[in-house]
Amino acid sequence: MGVGIEVANLNAWYGSNHTLQDISLNIPANHATALIGPSGCGKSTFVRCLNRMHETNPIARVTGTVRMGGIDIYEDVKPVEIRRRVGMVFQRPNPFPTMSIYDNVAAGLKLNGYTNRKSLDEIVEKSLKNSALWDEVKDDLKKKSGASLSGGQQQRLCIARALAVDPEVLLMDEPASALDPVSTSKIEDLIFQLKTQYTIVIVTHNMQQAARVAEMTGFFLNGRMVEFDSTQKIFTNPSDKRTEDYITGRFG
Amino acid sequence: MEAASTGTKFQLRARIRGLIDSGATILAVLSTLLVILPLVAIFIYLLLKGASSLNLDFFIRTPKPVGEAGGGMANAIVGSATLLAVASILGVPMGIFGGVYLAEFGRGTKLANAIRFTADVLNGVPSIVMGIAAYSLIVLPQGHFSAFAGGVALGIMMIPTICRTTEEMLLMVPHVVREAALGLGVPNWRSVLSITVKTASPGIITGCMLAFARVAGETAPLLFTALGNNFWSTTLNEPIAALPLQIYVYAISPYDDWHRLAWAGALVLIVLIVLAVSLVRYVTSRGVLKGAS
Amino acid sequence: MDTTVPEIHIAHPQFQPEPSVTAEQRQAASAAQEPSEVRRFLLSRGNSALADRSFQILMTLCALSIFGIVALIAIELIGNSRLAWHSFGLQFFFKAYIDPYTGLPTYWDPVNGHFSALPFVYGTLLSSLMALMLAVPLALGVAVFLTEMCPNFLRGPLAFLTELLAAIPSIIYGLWAIFVLVPLLREHVNPWLIKIFGWSGLFSDDNPTGLGFVSASVILAIMILPIISSLTREVMIAVPHSQREAVLALGATRWEMIRMGVLRNARIGIVGAIILGLGRALGETMAVTMVIGNSPEIHRSLLANGSSMAAVIANEFAEATNDLHRSALIEIGLALFIVTIIVNALARLLVWAVTRGAPARVN
Repeated sequence: MGVGIEVANLNAWYGSNHTLQDISLNIPANHATALIGPSGCGKSTFVRCLNRMHETNPIARVTGTVRMGGIDIYEDVKPVEIRRRVGMVFQRPNPFPTMSIYDNVAAGLKLNGYTNRKSLDEIVEKSLKNSALWDEVKDDLKKKSGASLSGGQQQRLCIARALAVDPEVLLMDEPASALDPVSTSKIEDLIFQLKTQYTIVIVTHNMQQAARVAEMTGFFLNGRMVEFDSTQKIFTNPSDKRTEDYITGRFG
Repeated sequence: MEAASTGTKFQLRARIRGLIDSGATILAVLSTLLVILPLVAIFIYLLLKGASSLNLDFFIRTPKPVGEAGGGMANAIVGSATLLAVASILGVPMGIFGGVYLAEFGRGTKLANAIRFTADVLNGVPSIVMGIAAYSLIVLPQGHFSAFAGGVALGIMMIPTICRTTEEMLLMVPHVVREAALGLGVPNWRSVLSITVKTASPGIITGCMLAFARVAGETAPLLFTALGNNFWSTTLNEPIAALPLQIYVYAISPYDDWHRLAWAGALVLIVLIVLAVSLVRYVTSRGVLKGAS
Repeated sequence: MDTTVPEIHIAHPQFQPEPSVTAEQRQAASAAQEPSEVRRFLLSRGNSALADRSFQILMTLCALSIFGIVALIAIELIGNSRLAWHSFGLQFFFKAYIDPYTGLPTYWDPVNGHFSALPFVYGTLLSSLMALMLAVPLALGVAVFLTEMCPNFLRGPLAFLTELLAAIPSIIYGLWAIFVLVPLLREHVNPWLIKIFGWSGLFSDDNPTGLGFVSASVILAIMILPIISSLTREVMIAVPHSQREAVLALGATRWEMIRMGVLRNARIGIVGAIILGLGRALGETMAVTMVIGNSPEIHRSLLANGSSMAAVIANEFAEATNDLHRSALIEIGLALFIVTIIVNALARLLVWAVTRGAPARVN
């Protein structure tokens, strides 16, 4: 079960660089929302503001409100608590290099003090099945290291790792951009399955991908959110001319 | 004729420049040979003179009084190991944690820069000064020389070295690995220890080994802390023998027998150090971070 | 602008604006789930602020121990040299007691309480400078060869060999120096020096042992070579290739390229490397002690026996006869500490200025 995200007047800076300007939108629960836009327009920064990863950079600053499941994630809780409820999959797969596949998936739980061995086995299996990796690795769970898999498998491993902590929201920052087409389509199928259980926000460069998997789409340009609407409307009948220019390929 | 004379002038200059270039090359090659020469000579002498005196006795017996044949440096070898252990208890944790601070918490801050600079400068302070410090800190109040004082002197030397190598190794851990841990909501302290440090651990360990190799050969700080001992030491509170100390005492003595033992001890010492340095090179060349790209 | 660009329709016939999961399925899925055990567990974990803070404080304290070590050394050395300082003042370092009967200076006489550090300061400076004169040209030659001229397959092994040179402990250098180097110099080099340069008064033949400043400087030069050479290599490598190419494009020979394109740009760092070598030479103890002759006197001859600041401490500390003696030795140690800190700091600043913050390898 996912939660919705309400963003109001979000502004973000890297040092003196005003990366996000006055973003307001409501991300619906249990749906997939895609964020599109040209490079450097702030989509990644926006997504990182949703789990407070943006502030791991010492020169980063944020104002505005982000409410998730009824709480203000900046005022009411500490970053660590939010990040346990919001999972993140990064652009380049980043499994923990010194850990086995099993330990990678279980990392979010084990490193937070979860010790129930039997339960962990079940959770690892369930997460790997949910990320469509189980069949490929089930015999080598503890023998192979996370880094010895192929790129596509590593990314699915990272998804499994994020799912293992049962997040309410799953953030994906261009999850397939570093992968080959076969892996990409596997991951897109995954997102399709997962969105019934979680709220998914996916940043993508690939408009076809957004059209395939997401119900809502937001178009970012130069740090502002130009338009946020149902995917069908954005791609067939956008309200803003800039949106139309982008999706027809006139720039970006 | 103008063109011809400038032409020949140019040719002459070109020839001179060519000669200078060759001369420079020859000088550079000669310098390199001249530098490698003593290294090779030292190793050859160590092998020749040391190997002949190495026998089982060397490793299991303690020194005999002058005039008696035989005897060995068993107590010195064990003593060196003991001193290294004491030094490590002091030096390794503080060095590693200091390196963790520099890489994970202080990156870019003025404080970290000052600490790093000071550590580098400390590494250049003569080791005998550390010995004096340990002497006045421990030997003077206690009224006697001890293995403990020697270990402390060596430990103080290890801290800046291990701190810097640990920092270097931690900086090599890719940022994305840290981000992955943070993104999971792992508390920072746990992420640093279980993820970052663990990923860099092969490099950190080799850094410690380098520090061991350096400290194992130090004589000066032990001259008036551990002092040396011709017999087995039973507690940390009495003087203790050490390999470099024993080599020194034997080398400056007037007895041929002892000179031979000094060469043998030197051979053992250099073999251990070369092993450590080679192992370090092997591990770091294989890639400190297996799998992390 | 090309107006005939066809409209690109992203929507294609199979595009389903509504997800294939129906609203009922979605409701069923969300209703079936209340917070799972995992979620409940994680929600109960708290924010670990205390643990994080304590951890950070612990790490910071350990790092601050570096400052602590410097402070410790300074406090102990200053405290225990106070006796000598009060007795002799600053003159400790440059004046000596003149024997009223012979008119000759007595520098270091523990029995009678005359302590002057002058011969040791002289010895440290002389041996270090002579070592630098021998080591710097060779170190530069090696660095130039390894960086610019060496064939690729040789570079690795040769660099490894120079690294090994730096790892050999002082005691082993000293051992080799006593039994191999000193006899070699005594038999083959010193007579030649006396014969050719004896007229200058710098090489007299009244020290037949072969110990003395010449031997000490040679072994010291061998010891500081690797440091100067490896640091020089680092600063040379830090010179961007564009500099080399620019000079070559003007038609320079290889040596001219090295001289103008590399050495000229790296000269600040090279000076730093040399100063670092000086710092090491100033503090070198065991090898120097073993071959310098350990005589607290000053002679004109470079072949004479002498001593150095580190050597006298190494020789006499363990058996110092009285408090004043020990305090004088500690004061020499304090001077050594201060001087090496200044020299090393200066050297590091110079090298850092050229390599811009890349961590300096330490031997």
